[in-house]
Amino acid sequence: MDNTTLTTLAGIMEYAVPILFAAIGENFIEKSGITNLSVNGAILLTAMAGFVVALNTGSLLLGFLIGALIGMAVAAVVAFSSITLRQSQVAIGFILATLCRDLAYFLGAPYNNKPGIFLTKMPIDFLVDIPVIGPIFFNHHILVYASYVFIILAYFYLYKTRPGLELQGIGERPAAAYNRGVNVNLQRYVYTLVGGALIGLAGPMYSLAVKIGWSGQLSGLDGVGWIALAITIFGGWNPLRVAFGAYFFAGLQQLGITLQSNTQIPIQILQAAPFPLMIFTLLLVNIGRAEWVERELAAMPEKPRVVLSKILRTIRTSPPASLGVPFERE
Amino acid sequence: MTMQQGTPQTTSLRSRINWLDLGLRIGAVILALLITSLILLVANAQPLKAYWNIVLGAFSSTQKVSAVIASWVPLVLTTSGLLFTFTAGLWNIGMEGQIVVGSVFCVGAFRFLDQTGMDPWMVITIAFIAGAIGGFLWAILPGVMRIYGGVNEIFGGLGLNFVAKALAIWLIFGPWKRPGVASMSGTEWIDPQFRLTYLPGTSLSPVIVIIALVGAIFVALMLKGTHFGLRLKAIGKNDRSAYLMGIPTTRYFLLAFGICGVFAGIAGSVLVTSKQFSLIPDAGFGYGFLGLLVAMLVNYHPILSSIVAFFFAALSVGNIELQYMGLNSYLAGVLQGFLVLFVVMANGVRQRLFKKG
Repeated sequence: MDNTTLTTLAGIMEYAVPILFAAIGENFIEKSGITNLSVNGAILLTAMAGFVVALNTGSLLLGFLIGALIGMAVAAVVAFSSITLRQSQVAIGFILATLCRDLAYFLGAPYNNKPGIFLTKMPIDFLVDIPVIGPIFFNHHILVYASYVFIILAYFYLYKTRPGLELQGIGERPAAAYNRGVNVNLQRYVYTLVGGALIGLAGPMYSLAVKIGWSGQLSGLDGVGWIALAITIFGGWNPLRVAFGAYFFAGLQQLGITLQSNTQIPIQILQAAPFPLMIFTLLLVNIGRAEWVERELAAMPEKPRVVLSKILRTIRTSPPASLGVPFERE
Repeated sequence: MTMQQGTPQTTSLRSRINWLDLGLRIGAVILALLITSLILLVANAQPLKAYWNIVLGAFSSTQKVSAVIASWVPLVLTTSGLLFTFTAGLWNIGMEGQIVVGSVFCVGAFRFLDQTGMDPWMVITIAFIAGAIGGFLWAILPGVMRIYGGVNEIFGGLGLNFVAKALAIWLIFGPWKRPGVASMSGTEWIDPQFRLTYLPGTSLSPVIVIIALVGAIFVALMLKGTHFGLRLKAIGKNDRSAYLMGIPTTRYFLLAFGICGVFAGIAGSVLVTSKQFSLIPDAGFGYGFLGLLVAMLVNYHPILSSIVAFFFAALSVGNIELQYMGLNSYLAGVLQGFLVLFVVMANGVRQRLFKKG
């Protein structure tokens, strides 16, 4: 493999990291039955705050910490408004998405384009020397390694541990979980806050490591939060599939960067390229449930019908049954 | 006897709720102002001075008041359109893109009819219709994707916003680029004969005010007083039972999106003919998103939304004055965001108190 290919593949592993954390964070929140649409604003706000705090204190760790805390605070508003006050989760999420974005652009303005500090590479001894695999997977900053572990942990927690199964229960059938003694609303609070902290890490991951710096609207981060939300859906609320979606999206970004340096296409158009694709993938995973598709399938001859419905069933994803539905004790 | 006892009790309960409601709303506004003041302090600015500058920036001269009204017009149009989709229980987050595509169609009509020698008013009318069609088509898309593809309209609309912007940029840098060098500042200006004339000494064209008023009244009448509005409301409350009662929900969903898109397209045409005179990348100016916030703030009330839209427009215009304090103009968005957030939360608090008390 030549050097360009290796760099591109390594770039994908890196570019996917913030999206991975945000999408899996959202995965936990939605698994518990809460829709959190604030992700896009939260990423922008934490990217700005993390950058500014790291710059002023000289500590990267504090930058990430403030990101997690702000992410948690935003999620707390979502949780309080939707669980305790029973307001529309979509409304609150959307308000927060625009509010946090404007807050980031307002407070971050004095720091636009300032040189800051950032995370440096930390190649892993021995492993980095393995041909092909080494340069792609083990020549990164620490966040990339953390992401490998994180994906596996998230999957393991959700599907192989008792609390993980309980989490699935409160998102699928909260009444049944409640009858078995699970405090549904408390758990929803906890997972929304934990997910919020993970989403809040995604911002500093951009501004301190992956897309270094802060330049207001020109940071090119507006929109990634919505992509992360779409990836959660595309991934069918399964961390492994979500991770696949994140790598796929990062691959597209890398492709965009390559295209941009080789063609005359304005960068704004390339930045918009993931969105039609986002719609298309959502169409793919949802269309199997549409009424007219079922009708058409039923009218088909045996052989293509079996094949087609098998394909549709494989790619189809279904949200947790009580996603967005408030839980009320009877 | 029981009836007589019951009546005064209900009234006193109702008036207590009204007072509580008013108190909560005022509390929400004060809280929003306090938090925004804190943010201003963090940004090293004096809050009172900043607020005063916003007031001056919005109302200190005829020119400025006219700018507020000119900014109120597209906001009323987007909010009015959104009341249709909200009534049907739909989230038209894609309105921003619908304004952009409306503007694209409008500018396209002007380019197409530029040299025909037709009467300018005729051309302007055609351009507005073209804009409305553009908005309509772009709004139908998320509706179709939701109904026939199962894609949530929030993601459909949001994705289409980015696509619309890319479309505008492609036109600006490609087929419609200015002679010489293409730039982000937009396409070539439309011919002066197609621009709506301002009132002397202002930047406000009286025609657009009439358009806004007609739009706002149309929505209020449609939603309050027609069969169509009632059916739409029934769908918004529970689309399954509305369907069982014989309302063709699919058609109504698409209609709600379509009407909303028409409003977006007209807002885009207003912006092209009275403000920008060309196609720019951000042709929506954020009016689609702001319209969503206004509608949420007034709990989807048609007449109230026109009034709140005026204050939001004043904030957005007055806010520009802040640059003399070295602040950027995102403060309006921050204050508007906190206002809507706390008012929505206050609704929740009231509902809880009411349930218990």
